[in-house]
Amino acid sequence: MDFMVFQYPMITIQACLDGILLGVLFALIAYGMALQWGVMNIINIAQGDLVILGGYIAYFMYLYGIHPAWGVIVSPFIMYFIGVGIYKLVINKVVDRDLFISILATFGISILFMQLMNFAFGADVVLANSGYGTTFLFDSNVVLPNSKIFSAAVSIVFAICLVIYMKKSKLGRAIRATAQNARAAKILGVDTEKVYAATFGINAALCGVAGALISITFTIHPYMGLPYTIRSFMIVIVAGLGNLPGVALSGMGLGVFEEFADYMLGTEFRIGSVFLLLVLILVYRRFKLSRKREYLK
Amino acid sequence: MKQKDLILYTAILIFGLAAPFIFPAFKVQLSILCVLIILAATWNIQGGEMGYNSFGNILFYGLGMYLCASVQVGMFFPLAEWTESGGEKTFVHTPKQFFQGMAVGLIVAAVVPTIVAGLIGYSILGLRGHYFAICTLGLGVAAGEISGGIEIIGAGQGFTTPPFPDFGGLEARGEFFYFCSFFALVLTFITIRAIYSTRFKLILNAIRDNEDKAEAMGIETMKYKIIGWMVSAFFCGLAGGIMGGLVGYIDSTDVAFDGREMGVFMVLMAILGGKGTLWGPIIGATVFHIFKEGFWTFFLGWQYVALGVLIVVIVIYFPEGIMGWLREKYPERFGEVVDEADRKAQVELK
Repeated sequence: MDFMVFQYPMITIQACLDGILLGVLFALIAYGMALQWGVMNIINIAQGDLVILGGYIAYFMYLYGIHPAWGVIVSPFIMYFIGVGIYKLVINKVVDRDLFISILATFGISILFMQLMNFAFGADVVLANSGYGTTFLFDSNVVLPNSKIFSAAVSIVFAICLVIYMKKSKLGRAIRATAQNARAAKILGVDTEKVYAATFGINAALCGVAGALISITFTIHPYMGLPYTIRSFMIVIVAGLGNLPGVALSGMGLGVFEEFADYMLGTEFRIGSVFLLLVLILVYRRFKLSRKREYLK
Repeated sequence: MKQKDLILYTAILIFGLAAPFIFPAFKVQLSILCVLIILAATWNIQGGEMGYNSFGNILFYGLGMYLCASVQVGMFFPLAEWTESGGEKTFVHTPKQFFQGMAVGLIVAAVVPTIVAGLIGYSILGLRGHYFAICTLGLGVAAGEISGGIEIIGAGQGFTTPPFPDFGGLEARGEFFYFCSFFALVLTFITIRAIYSTRFKLILNAIRDNEDKAEAMGIETMKYKIIGWMVSAFFCGLAGGIMGGLVGYIDSTDVAFDGREMGVFMVLMAILGGKGTLWGPIIGATVFHIFKEGFWTFFLGWQYVALGVLIVVIVIYFPEGIMGWLREKYPERFGEVVDEADRKAQVELK
């Protein structure tokens, strides 16, 4: 274990800034997860694979000579239709059933996507180079790639747009009504089937945005999906469903935690520490609730 | 035990003992089948009988695999140098050392995961439903990632288990591992069958059906949940130890803590055969293994695509499994009394 990180404040600042910029992205993915969890009561294990797929769309634009930042616009459109397609094929059959069924079914989708992406795009780690350069702070002790700042800014813009859309538009109202009480919404003339499809599509589109940003700032690989699913699940259970500031804050917290784990334990334990943190958070909440003889449900 | 059952079990036992000599080409496949049945049948204790859908039994399987191999090497040679040398063998086990190491290794591989399950059981089993599922999924993946960073057990480059001693060649090796896994399977079956005929099984079912009510009836649910998990862990560790020797090479995420393959397989096999029945997981594992091997051989490269589609199809269209389907079709065979008039009325209703 390496505690150098606390002796050199510049490294601490670097890790914090990196973590916050990364955490904004996580929060965007987690917002999609909270949306579908709240509305349809399913847990989507394929969330991370949708992110990676969105990243590959941006990467392909980069390969064909288009600037990958345009992927932020194109990717959500394509991902929306892929999301609706997945909903029509699989998800609509698991919506009313046990949560475990949805976990297992989306696990199957996740394995399927992983392998199809592996066939289509190859097993190499790829990165879409945006050519944005870097910003140096504090006498070039802290180095921030501009692409990270760009991705955080775009995520915030998208999140704000989505919040306004959910508040003001007709579909947004229908989605919120369905989340509160699907049966009552049906009686009042909301086509819940359409609302569910749109919700899953919006979730997939959010994943597409996040994926395009990740392909610019970090790297993508067909098998990297599951950690993103686990991160978004973790953020949602810490923040709670429908608590948007909470999602943003816990996303940033997770990002900072990851950067510190990276510095202190070494990169090989980075993903492992994320999964371990999930277990610890769940166990902590379990003990906290069991004092009142309640349990997580 | 009824006489019909006795004949059936004897026939299966004789077939199992003779199988490697009847199908000499399939010895390895048969051993893997035994391991798969053990995993599915012990998963069924949680998922089927207790209603706790665990993705984390792979933790005990991988733990057993690493422990068995480490003990087998560490008893006679320095472990660090063994893993450092990788594939090139600097040390050679004599036959006596190999079998001694394997025996001790299997015992450790079974006992330590049981203790681990007992220790973490109180924390983890307090979670319910999908939180338990996701938490155990996280446990399995975390174990894989962390063991992939530990130097002494080979880290990223993997751990080569001791090669089978130099006598009898591949035939003897295949027979040895087949009988290991077959006896482990017999032990598992006897234990599970004994468990399923006691009050313990009824308690597990009570927990599945309504845990709060079971607790209100004065059952210490937590105690029984932990015991159930420990039974699973014991046999998962044992199966892992055997499988490690059989494969001959342990990789942290692709062989030992292989949540993407083995961890899902055990859930899938139990669901395919029918959750909450004694024979369901056994039938499910057999059908699944035959299907998988056929697919793996003829459509190499597309196996994960097929696996993904298979999971979705089974979960959505066939959640009751083979035993559930049979039960609906022939309820008399399962000891259910069916009123013919009632049955007809139900058909008309449909």
